[in-house]
Amino acid sequence: MSTAEKNPKKDAGKSQPNAETVVEMHNVRKSFGDKEVLKDISLSLKRGENLVILGRSGQGKSVTIKCIVGMLTQDEGTVTVLGEEVAELDDKELKELRIKVGFLFQSGALYDSMTVRENLEFPLTRVLKMNDQEEIDRRVEEVLDSVGLADAIDKMPSELSGGMRKRVGLARTLIVHPEIMLYDEPTTGLDPITSREISDLILQMQKKYKTSSIIITHDMECAEIIADRLIVLNNGLFVAEGTYQELEKSDKEFVRSFFK
Amino acid sequence: MSEQTIPAYKRWFEETGEQVSFFTAFFRNVFRGGFEWSEFVRQCYEIGYKSITLVGVTSFIMGVVLTLQSRPTLVKFGASSMLPLMVCVSIVREIGPVITAIICAGKLSSGIGAELGSMKVTEQIDAMDVSGANPMQYLVVTRILATTFMIPLLTMMGDVIALFGGFLAVNLADSTSWTLYFNKCINSITFVDLLPAFIKTIFFGFAVGFVGCYKGYNSNSGTESVGKAANSAVVNASLWIFFLDVLAVQITQLLFY
Repeated sequence: MSTAEKNPKKDAGKSQPNAETVVEMHNVRKSFGDKEVLKDISLSLKRGENLVILGRSGQGKSVTIKCIVGMLTQDEGTVTVLGEEVAELDDKELKELRIKVGFLFQSGALYDSMTVRENLEFPLTRVLKMNDQEEIDRRVEEVLDSVGLADAIDKMPSELSGGMRKRVGLARTLIVHPEIMLYDEPTTGLDPITSREISDLILQMQKKYKTSSIIITHDMECAEIIADRLIVLNNGLFVAEGTYQELEKSDKEFVRSFFK
Repeated sequence: MSEQTIPAYKRWFEETGEQVSFFTAFFRNVFRGGFEWSEFVRQCYEIGYKSITLVGVTSFIMGVVLTLQSRPTLVKFGASSMLPLMVCVSIVREIGPVITAIICAGKLSSGIGAELGSMKVTEQIDAMDVSGANPMQYLVVTRILATTFMIPLLTMMGDVIALFGGFLAVNLADSTSWTLYFNKCINSITFVDLLPAFIKTIFFGFAVGFVGCYKGYNSNSGTESVGKAANSAVVNASLWIFFLDVLAVQITQLLFY
């Protein structure tokens, strides 16, 4: 079965060639001590696009998206998100930007002392400062329904499976309606069926909430389902860029090795 | 440069700098507004209410033991009637605040260190930060203020229970009435005994919360660091309590005697 047959809705999320750029990294370098992790990274993400970053472990994929959201500051170069240069922002401006940029951690990073409902209410009450309980309940139920976990609303994170935790993590990120989503290995540690479900869910959510996404993954099936465009990172440099089909036939052995 | 190759004195300066920066961040967030009242009350319950049994039992035993140990010496000098005075002054001025704070360092600093350490390792603190929420205000400010508020109350409760333990111990050998014992106790202490003792418990409470939060919040990635955070929180909080106690005694001596 071809990718298009498996994912008939995929084209709906594809970006237009002349769409607005929402994330732009220009000649970014980042070192930790003597180790230079990002050597000269430049990338751009268009509105509505799904960009997948591929690469071996320890090559700087997570560092790249942490620079986008201001969790790390680059040593050189510029990172511009929704027209604002991240390194130039003060605390208040950075907080406002972060509301527009969702970040899904590898583990889901659910607050384990809170129920699923409290996890989802947290960004609404603490970040958006909402206090209308009816509206909060409506948004919590809507987003949980979207990820197919309406029944888990009063469960503790410890009672959820790995896939459920990622769904709740995704719901918690989407509940504030971000414009950009950053996914750090969303399918790592999941079985192939759950992994496919999460990939499909990411695509559905992108369509529903009209987000632009950068996805870090090693999971080629996930990349095939989600990606409009892929970038391959090796030794702190982007070594290839293209669609899934283009990179599958790349003349570079290193790039083709991901598709075997 | 890796952590192993940094000389110890440089690491010490680095850590001191980080603690100062954490300290200023705490106060900035206390006065920033949007105080988390519900979380503060929950922490007061977790920290205060759930420590009542431990502090109560320890204080009772402390009162009994102090009385039993002191009595033979006082009897030898014909000063057994001074026993309530001695027990009361010892407990109120020194033993009550220090022992309660040390127990709280063991129970609360390690608990806070481990809890925040595991939140750091599982990226919960990063998730809170990156969502635009303020983890410092939600996790740190509430915990430090809760220990600062609850440890003085626990100490007062512990002092009363220790005196009650002393009363029971006195009655093991002699027959002393409840009224006489407590009259002697109350007459033996003055404002100068009570006020400095109470003020230092506020600082002890702050140290217990601050050290636990600092160690947990700044732990490295990896499960090993959770244990390290809990362990170093207890050790450092205990050292801070003794250091603050010495300082408090010196200041009290200068101001009141």
